[in-house]
Amino acid sequence: MCLAIPAQISRLPADDDPLATTDIMGVRRRVNIDLLDADPPELGDWVLVHVGFALSKISAEQADEQLRLLSLLGEASAAQEEVEGYDCGDGE
Amino acid sequence: MKYVDEFRDPTMIARAFEEIRTLADPARHYRIMEVCGGHTHAIFRFGLKDLLPPNVELIHGPGCPVCVLPMGRIDDGLELAGDPHVIFTAFGDMMRVPGSQGSPLESKARGADVRIVYSPLDALKIAEANPDRQVVFFAIGFETTAPSTALTLLKARANRVRNFAVFCNHVTIIPAIRAILDSPDMRLDGFIGPGHVSTVIGCRPYEFIVRDYGCPIAVSGFEPLDILQSLVMVLRQLRDGIAKVENQYARVVPWEGNLAALRVLAEVFEVRAHFEWRGMGFISHSALRLRGEFAEWDAERTLPIRGVCVADPKAAQCGEVLKGVLKPHQCKLFGKECTPEQPIGALMVSPEGACAAHFKYRGAPQLVTLG
Amino acid sequence: MATAQRPVQFHSKQISMAHGAGGEASRQLVEGVFLPAFANSLLNPLADAATFLIPGGRLAITSDSYVVHPLRFPGGSIGELAVNGTVNDLAVSGAKPLALTAAFILEAGLPADVLREEVRAMATAAERVGLPIATGDTKVVEHGRADGLYISTTGLGLVDPRVDLRPDRVEIGDCVLLSGPIGNHGMAIMLARAELDVEADILSDTRPLTHLVAAIVEHVGGEIKWMRDATRGGVATVLNELARDAQRMISIEEEAVPVDSAVRGACELLGLDPLQVANEGQFVAVVSAGMASRALEVLRGVPGGEQACILGEIIAGPYSRVVARSAYGGTRVVDMLIGDPLPRIC
Repeated sequence: MCLAIPAQISRLPADDDPLATTDIMGVRRRVNIDLLDADPPELGDWVLVHVGFALSKISAEQADEQLRLLSLLGEASAAQEEVEGYDCGDGE
Repeated sequence: MKYVDEFRDPTMIARAFEEIRTLADPARHYRIMEVCGGHTHAIFRFGLKDLLPPNVELIHGPGCPVCVLPMGRIDDGLELAGDPHVIFTAFGDMMRVPGSQGSPLESKARGADVRIVYSPLDALKIAEANPDRQVVFFAIGFETTAPSTALTLLKARANRVRNFAVFCNHVTIIPAIRAILDSPDMRLDGFIGPGHVSTVIGCRPYEFIVRDYGCPIAVSGFEPLDILQSLVMVLRQLRDGIAKVENQYARVVPWEGNLAALRVLAEVFEVRAHFEWRGMGFISHSALRLRGEFAEWDAERTLPIRGVCVADPKAAQCGEVLKGVLKPHQCKLFGKECTPEQPIGALMVSPEGACAAHFKYRGAPQLVTLG
Repeated sequence: MATAQRPVQFHSKQISMAHGAGGEASRQLVEGVFLPAFANSLLNPLADAATFLIPGGRLAITSDSYVVHPLRFPGGSIGELAVNGTVNDLAVSGAKPLALTAAFILEAGLPADVLREEVRAMATAAERVGLPIATGDTKVVEHGRADGLYISTTGLGLVDPRVDLRPDRVEIGDCVLLSGPIGNHGMAIMLARAELDVEADILSDTRPLTHLVAAIVEHVGGEIKWMRDATRGGVATVLNELARDAQRMISIEEEAVPVDSAVRGACELLGLDPLQVANEGQFVAVVSAGMASRALEVLRGVPGGEQACILGEIIAGPYSRVVARSAYGGTRVVDMLIGDPLPRIC
């Protein structure tokens, strides 16, 4: 329902421009990063952009972890035990 | 492309499908709803559907903001657009959605000043550049999009932009999911949760699905591997007879959501008592309106809006399709009176709409065996 | 298959921008309004150029109009586009361009320098392919009645006797070739309008295709069965037209589609499919399977053809449809564009 895509911060907001600049494969769009106030992104960080706003910072660690778990799919059942133990956050 | 291509790896995709085939009990039929239209789009876009075992059925949910917007709201918006003093701005997604008097693009063709914006901030910029015109931003979207409208309104207030107004059509996803779960003709085994909405609201709001309805849910990203991994999570829960909220999309979705976004939503919006959803009728507490403090920028308070109610064409069964009770092709109008070129229901317009996706795809399942 | 046989009805009560966007709506306009009124054997195939026999050969004739905003954009301008576009319609009809006409509709108030610049751009583009601009016309409309400058052209060419391009020659197993990376023109224009506040170094690909087409005609000749330049509506639209006209199914490999990085990024950002974005310097050709790799080798050997590829093939199937296959075996339907490409947020 909402198209949002990963973009890399290439310029931080400055006095002359309250918006950050992001880079998506060489495409530049200025985005508002006010929603990331609690943990402002730094130059080179990846953020998720939707309608000109950065909604969230992308966690490289979590992405690696997801890929690691994905790499275990279809493997021996022993490995699956570990995948089943996977639960993010503290919701349970 | 970083954080995209990694999640489209063909070898890993093949293995994820293998895992799903192993997990799916041939004696069972699984009905799993992808709530979000973005997922519907991705499932068709990446051709995932045909590679799933036949007993794993994906049901398309109500998470497409243009699809659920009732015709009356579009008519109201376009009535404003008809005023030569008004510049009517909206996302590209809205442009072909039909009201009873045609779509925003057709209004534009008749001479209305209708402009596509990529961001609500762009609409505000147009207002600042045209101080002698009234700029209306036709706001649509779920919780993903609403914070950007809220921040834009805060900016309009800070910059004292008086000629900017928001016609607010923001809706919230949780009441819609509840309406679907409460619908007597509906049986679902699990959910693929809307990943981008969850960047804002987090994962906690889905706990009622688990607690009250015993349904598993995995909050999911939008790349092929994200969706497949989420299906694996749901199928594993079903195999083990458990139900919990899992966060497949942890690289983007914090469990608690985005507190700053929730704060601006609370500052700018309040929940409406009722809001009409196209095809689904009125749902309580399912939409947002501007708080009184923002009345100056609220099109519903400052501009002449009649609040028309337009009944959907009788034969159209958008509601049943939206709720997943009917498959798109089971609607009486599907592919006959209602096509992507001449849409009657919004589900046929948006690339996220279940009907448009099915229409494009009609007759194509045989393809899997080719080549 | 049904779409090919059902006569097209034009339902719209008024003309909208979509009718000029080259996709499904344009098709309905052409086949629902113009074709029934003008129907004749030259027009009916709705090719890029009509061809007819004259003593000594086969003549190709095409006409086109250019209404670009802005007039100048990264990588080109309306004048250059007008010449290249007309030349390309002739080229993909297998014709060597002989002469061009140009009619100008000018809006009162247009700076003379702008006109001078575009006329110079046309002269340069025409010289590049050795084409005389043989005659023309000028009209001026009141200020506010046009968008600066419109150019209308007619191109005349002589069809190479070695080519025979007809959709009914297209057979199962034939290969679909594409001349190079797609989406650059449409995206350059969309970004040049600056309404989206998106910036990228994307240049229009406007260029004459004559040398590329001449090279494959030289080496593959009669084994080329169909050609079209993938302008408005993009590759998706021309492939759908081919599927419909040839009553065949087309399968393309998603991975094979050449898209420059910035174009891909802009498409991801705006929710667009590069296959539906306009080009002004790419064409699609159907070549018999046996000669496809030869044709590809020839194209790649010509400057500007380095990124040519075999996009897919004509396959057996019950539908006149275009499908794209992914590396992991998923398939999706590739549709014609409906209306203008609109940026999406959902």
